[in-house]
Amino acid sequence: MTGYLLRRLGLTVLTLILLSLIIFLAGQVLPGNPGRAILGPFAAQSAVEALNHTLGVDRPLAVQYWSWVSGIVHGDLGTSYQFRAPVSSFLFPALGRSLKLAAVAFVLVVPLSIVGGVAAALNRGRLVDRVISVTGLSLSTTPEFVSGVVLIVVFAIGLKWLPVTASAPPGSAFPTQLRYLILPAIPLVLILFGYIARMARAGTIEALDSDYVRTATLKGLPRSVVIRRHVLRNSLLPTITVIATQVGYLIGGLVIVETLFNYPGLGRLIFTAATDKDFPMLEAGVLAIGIVYLLATLVADVLYTVLNPRIRLQAAD
Amino acid sequence: MADEELRDPLATAPGMSSGGPLPPHDLAASLPLVTAGGTGGAAGALDESVGRIRREQLRLLLRSAPFIVGLVLLLWWVVCAIFGRFFVPYNPVNGNLIQFNLAPSGAHWFGTDSLGRDVLSRVIVGAREILIVALLATVLGAAVGTALGLVMGYFRGLVDNVVGRIVDAVLSLPIVIVAFMFLVAVGPSTQTLILVIGLVFALIIARTVRTAVLQERDMDYIAAARLRDESAAHIMFVEILPNVAGPILVEFTVRLGYAIFTVATLSFLGFGIQPPTPDWGTDIANSYQYLAAGYWWETLFPALAIASLVVAINLVGDSIEAVVIR
Repeated sequence: MTGYLLRRLGLTVLTLILLSLIIFLAGQVLPGNPGRAILGPFAAQSAVEALNHTLGVDRPLAVQYWSWVSGIVHGDLGTSYQFRAPVSSFLFPALGRSLKLAAVAFVLVVPLSIVGGVAAALNRGRLVDRVISVTGLSLSTTPEFVSGVVLIVVFAIGLKWLPVTASAPPGSAFPTQLRYLILPAIPLVLILFGYIARMARAGTIEALDSDYVRTATLKGLPRSVVIRRHVLRNSLLPTITVIATQVGYLIGGLVIVETLFNYPGLGRLIFTAATDKDFPMLEAGVLAIGIVYLLATLVADVLYTVLNPRIRLQAAD
Repeated sequence: MADEELRDPLATAPGMSSGGPLPPHDLAASLPLVTAGGTGGAAGALDESVGRIRREQLRLLLRSAPFIVGLVLLLWWVVCAIFGRFFVPYNPVNGNLIQFNLAPSGAHWFGTDSLGRDVLSRVIVGAREILIVALLATVLGAAVGTALGLVMGYFRGLVDNVVGRIVDAVLSLPIVIVAFMFLVAVGPSTQTLILVIGLVFALIIARTVRTAVLQERDMDYIAAARLRDESAAHIMFVEILPNVAGPILVEFTVRLGYAIFTVATLSFLGFGIQPPTPDWGTDIANSYQYLAAGYWWETLFPALAIASLVVAINLVGDSIEAVVIR
């Protein structure tokens, strides 16, 4: 088991290194001349060169990559071009706010989609199943800003139930903050509902068709006991993995939702960095998303191993 | 990994498209293939899609309500994309600057935007660019991804390992973020948009194709081809490719839906389709700040257009998947 976990950890580190290379490529190799990009086409060449020197982007690429990565390892995420201040002083508060929004979405979507998926599976082929499946599929493929806009029009402007923006006035109490976060969380919930419900449905159907469920039914257990003790225990296991992999997706969807609802989280930080061509900020923000995703999948795999006796025993060999 | 699991035949909703159990003759038709192949659903049933879609499959499709609804919607947007500019009521690009922010009325069914442009006309013409970009990106992704997946699955070894690691790393970010980052770096244009989305999709498609190829490569017909001394390229593209056409077809329709999703989202963020080309995502980005002022029609109608197109493609794709992979 320890061997398996170590292997898994090594794989994550390898992926992380590759990811940092890709981000470095997009953030520091492809843009070519950051000084020119910041100062514009009419600035003097000498000014551009001086700025490039200050930013350190006239050094060889290997040196730049090394100083970027070793900086990150030591907790230095670089200096924002735009604000001339450490990226970390913007990134961590923004990440905290994003996680708050993501948590609201998560708390809503997990029970909702599991109940939906299991209900669809128990009514396989009937109307309930078809409605849940088609709705889930349609919702999970509708971009967040589209559903967000429809929600704003209906609930914030039409019915006036909820506020249009996501940020509560400073110093407001927790329930008020929560009220402001509900509308922005719903587009994320809608996107994820389809995926998770689909997996929960597939897992439940697989369990329902298994021999042990047939045995349990034939030995006379009531259906509710069969479902609770034999079906759900087995069907929800793969669902856990899917839920965790969707955490990264959730954080990615924040770019759109936070832009639409004007919420100062990680997503809006990335969006603003992109429009300002603030590459250090952009790189750090995207790397943060990648790390959150990799951590979430790692936790999911470990959890899956710990919860599933078959894999746990196999891994112990 | 989640992607692969979603491709699991179990994960597709059987009740969704067929409207009931398969007719017995359809089952019988696919049975010999399954036993001969020994790999079950995906690879076996797919022999059929190679050049001729079976009449029974087509009939199954035409009987399923989600498929028909999706197809009609999709055809409507294709017509708008091709012929839209000939039947729009107003000029979609140059508005009447005096008649701005007009609410929907008999003259302007969907109202006008802040530059006095007719929203209905822009919604109709807006189908064009997004469909072109999404289609080309998906075609590029399917072509490159299929070739890559065949090589990875057939040769295994180093290529497979290296590309596999890179795919994992790229996919630890949401596709929209990857595409966004590269478009910011190189600057947005239609060509880079197609290239970036196409290449990211190629990685995902390569993974699906690789999995399908792995199921094929140890079969007898491959061994026979090797004994005949066929070249690796011949075996990959002539022997294996037709047998993995099914997963590729399904992957194509799924990716097309995501391409629309991605293009629309990137346009909304300002790094997709560039003005003055009429585009739904761009229009929403330009008008959503006026939502609070009550000009909801400028944002809502393009949003509904995107939603209907994405849903249409997914209804069609999902129905095809349910019929083809079984």
